[in-house]
Amino acid sequence: MTAVFWIAGILAVAGALGVIVAKTPVHSVISLVVNILALAALYLALHAEFLALIQVIVYAGAIMILFLFVIALLTARKDPIERTEGKLEGQRELGLVTAVGGAVLMIAVAASAGLGRMPANEALPSGFGSAAAFGRELLTTHIFSFELTAFVLLAAVIGVVVLVGRRQL
Amino acid sequence: MLDQYTGVGVFLAVGALFVAVTLLAGKLLRPHNPYPEKLATYECGEIPVGEGQIKFHIRYYIFSLIFVVFDVETVFLYPWAVVFEEMGLFGFVVMMLFIGTLVEGLVYAWKKGALRWV
Repeated sequence: MTAVFWIAGILAVAGALGVIVAKTPVHSVISLVVNILALAALYLALHAEFLALIQVIVYAGAIMILFLFVIALLTARKDPIERTEGKLEGQRELGLVTAVGGAVLMIAVAASAGLGRMPANEALPSGFGSAAAFGRELLTTHIFSFELTAFVLLAAVIGVVVLVGRRQL
Repeated sequence: MLDQYTGVGVFLAVGALFVAVTLLAGKLLRPHNPYPEKLATYECGEIPVGEGQIKFHIRYYIFSLIFVVFDVETVFLYPWAVVFEEMGLFGFVVMMLFIGTLVEGLVYAWKKGALRWV
């Protein structure tokens, strides 16, 4: 279990680094897929079986298609245009401050929640993380959030039609 | 739990190894003799015109975005289908409300002609 955590964790970090280091946008997308698959492995290690599969289907499948489409829409040439320093002054420094600040904040939250002191091998309820357990929770406890999701998705469809569809109708 | 996925891990490892070995074997065995005609993009035997990497029309994006929305909907159908029998009519109504809301979006996109390929 620990081995899975370390391998998947290192792959996830490597993938995330690849996204920002890669020179070609398509390579960034491939790195992001590595990151997403490594996260799915981490979810599996946490017994979140259904979530891991969703991670692969939705993120590695559907969301990646959107990323590739954006690249194809803007440019897929070997010499990307946007490689010069952006117009925003000192965005590198600001990015560094934000990244470090975010990391400190996350560690502080994890520490205050006592994540380091949690019992390692607490027995999980049977079927934890399975599609059945997820469905039961979804249709009872979280029914309101579930129906709300439909409206979020509806807003996405309408947003697409309004933003993109106008030009050709 | 993770033990059930050992097969998946083995499959991934063997798959990656297969690709690596095949490419390496090809690299070692094939003759290396590139010339401009051989390196040209293959366009069904025609002489290639323009760049291979072009900008796509934004129209494709509508389809992919709408696909993502319904992909997420499908994701919710799986756990619902698994517990369908124990949830009974209640579960059915809840899911019909969910799908109904999304069908509204589909009808809207359809009526607006966003699904038509002009």
